[in-house]
Amino acid sequence: MAATVTEPLGAPPATGVTVRSRQHLGFGAATVVLGLVTLVSFGLGSGAGLDATFVFSRASDAVQIPDLTVPARGTGILLGLVVIALGALLATGVLRDRHHLVFGVGLTLFVVALLAWAARGGSISIVGLFDGTLFRATPLVLGAFAGLLCERAGVINIAIEGMLLTGAFVAALTAGAAGNTWVGLGSGMAAGVLLGAFLGVLSIKYRVDQIIGGTVINILALGLTSYLAARVMTQYPELNRPGSFRAFGIPGLERLPLVGPLLFRNTIYTFLLLALVVGLWWGLYRTRWGLRVRSVGEHPRAADTVGINVVRTRYRSVMMGGAVAGLGGTWFTLDATSGFNENMTAGKGYIALAALIFGRWHPVGAFVAALVFGFSEELQNRLTLLDTPIPSELLLMTPYVVTIVVVAGLVGRSRAPAADGKAYVTE
Amino acid sequence: MTATEVEVGPDSPEPAGAAALVDRLADAGRALLVPALALVTALGIGGLVIVFSDPDTLDEWGSFLSDPLGALEASYDVVATSYRALFDSSLGSASAFGRTLVETTPLALAGLSVALAFRAGLFNIGGAGQVVVGATCAGYVGFAYDLPTAVHLPLAVLAGAAGGASWAAIAGFLKARTGAHEVISTIMLNYIAYLSLDYALRSEAFRRPGRADPISPPVAESARLPELALGDVRVHAGLLLAVLATWAVWWVLERSTLGFRLRTIGANPNAARYAGMSVAAGYVVAMGLAGGLAGLAGTVNILGRPSFSLTGGYYAFIGFDAIAVALLGRGNPAGVLAAAFLFGVLRAGSTGMQAATSTPVDIIVVVQALIILFVAAPALVRALYRIKAGRGTAQSFTTGWGA
Repeated sequence: MAATVTEPLGAPPATGVTVRSRQHLGFGAATVVLGLVTLVSFGLGSGAGLDATFVFSRASDAVQIPDLTVPARGTGILLGLVVIALGALLATGVLRDRHHLVFGVGLTLFVVALLAWAARGGSISIVGLFDGTLFRATPLVLGAFAGLLCERAGVINIAIEGMLLTGAFVAALTAGAAGNTWVGLGSGMAAGVLLGAFLGVLSIKYRVDQIIGGTVINILALGLTSYLAARVMTQYPELNRPGSFRAFGIPGLERLPLVGPLLFRNTIYTFLLLALVVGLWWGLYRTRWGLRVRSVGEHPRAADTVGINVVRTRYRSVMMGGAVAGLGGTWFTLDATSGFNENMTAGKGYIALAALIFGRWHPVGAFVAALVFGFSEELQNRLTLLDTPIPSELLLMTPYVVTIVVVAGLVGRSRAPAADGKAYVTE
Repeated sequence: MTATEVEVGPDSPEPAGAAALVDRLADAGRALLVPALALVTALGIGGLVIVFSDPDTLDEWGSFLSDPLGALEASYDVVATSYRALFDSSLGSASAFGRTLVETTPLALAGLSVALAFRAGLFNIGGAGQVVVGATCAGYVGFAYDLPTAVHLPLAVLAGAAGGASWAAIAGFLKARTGAHEVISTIMLNYIAYLSLDYALRSEAFRRPGRADPISPPVAESARLPELALGDVRVHAGLLLAVLATWAVWWVLERSTLGFRLRTIGANPNAARYAGMSVAAGYVVAMGLAGGLAGLAGTVNILGRPSFSLTGGYYAFIGFDAIAVALLGRGNPAGVLAAAFLFGVLRAGSTGMQAATSTPVDIIVVVQALIILFVAAPALVRALYRIKAGRGTAQSFTTGWGA
């Protein structure tokens, strides 16, 4: 991997010397630090004689995987030493081209040691942990997919936050009024489509700066939903009782060990989510529609010359993105909790955007990135419940800090679609 | 990465004498026209929202066919009462005017923060977090130390500005070094700031002795901004600071080399680089200055207004108002000050409006969002009112996801 050049107007290197990256030093050092923290906090700092049990199975599973019991202190020390060794090796140049992978492995071992330490003297359900991760990642994945659809067509979508919030509000209101959660789901998606159309009109027709346009939508959404919630919902509380979706399972498949309860017993949202991951990947990369959308986002002029209607494609993509974001919004009021609260999305739309960037504007990448964020949130929740000495605010900061780290490209540079953010002018 | 619509009017030679003056006035009028219309339209749409969310008025509309005048009258009534209450509690008396000016002060500083960043091509949404950090630093210096006023007050003010500046500089540094877009990093820093405030207010160092709720000890007398009064109009010295800052920002942007560098970077980073300017350093400096101004906004509030204590409310304090003020003022310091006054009116009046009618304060947020919308999309306002674009109405804000 060549070193990144930041001066675009400088002369190219005079000789044919390949510049080898020195990133492995930084990552190696970071890995060593991680290992030291593991060793000290989760190993040496852990009380002796306590065991941690990792539970992998639920009683309903067809095949029972035995629990894994490890001494908490020993695990911490062992893993700490392993991670330090990995970091040291990386710093000296071993596997320098795979520095991300090595750091990732080190991070994973760090988390395992953390879990062992947090669960010392008790047990922790791994399936529960992953289930919680998938649950918390749902709005992030849907938000990221909304962003994906818009940005792949060349329209920056900062308004994911506003779309989520509006979807949540509309779903709560209509589901409460109609007494049916599906009505809420549908109208939440419809609200998302409208906002997407609005974003489209602002960016495509009026060529407003897309970041300002998105921010305006966010502010408008926050103001309108807060105002209407205060006005309408407090006066008619029955309008804020939308009910929720219940989880259901696919018989047979849900009894598979590990993956069973995770993938096959959920609310409709998880199933839709998984369908979207596959669907978007296949749609964007294996169909004509996907090719057209991507071409409009990379080089609209060329797409135009070939006869693709750039404006219509962008409008369609933005509205589709809005629908997905609206769907994500309904999750807040129809699944996570039942009822709307002011500003209940609390920045998740921006984290979803970060997941999109982290995932390099690819559906599977965005999904994995959102899972990582969901995991950090779930971890924070577990650690608070397990009454660890780490202050809860610090834990709550984790997703935001991780987002900054991601956006700063500390996990590799991410390239946006080439025409992302540029208004297209037909000639 | 292109900028937003930049309209330049038809080329024509500058006419001389009286004709030039008339031209200049016409230009000024046209420049003010869009923001003025934006304001009026936003208030109008806000009025519509008020009408259609008031149950009594909606009842009247239900019987529109049998009594059309009744419905219209009820609508007019509810909107007029709301807005009249709004203006009464902000401009209706000397003490109300004083309250308005007190609200204007931090808005002006925060608006200048965003405007300065805009001119350098950066979108500083992190104002809210910078305000929190500024207020925290100023507040801490204010209540933790006991020094003579001549030292204490300037130290506290400086601490607040420095706090906000450093917080924003993080985002500037990230953009300079890694290209991380400041929109995301500042928003994330906002949340980190709020959570840090929560944590601080729970900790020993910040807790008021004898109270369990999250409120800090009050700032010492020696660190408080002196009160200024003209009859019944009571403000604090922060207002002077805001006016001074307005002049200072104008001077830096229009009359100093640094300002020239920042404006060039904002207009065309490649040209700036070609001219030998360090764009990276420019980003850090611009964000630092912007953060300092936002930090001052938090500072003047904690050092100037009762209860002179740090509470959790500081993160809801500014919100997105700063952006609205900067956009309405079109990135021009004097315009920002005027826009801040307008928003001060809206803010000071909103609590009175909620008390008199039952219109929730959140309608202000709606009006603000609409103002931003119309100012950011002048084409929308022009389309609505069929106005033609004036001479040289250039407006360029931020660009795409950045290098």
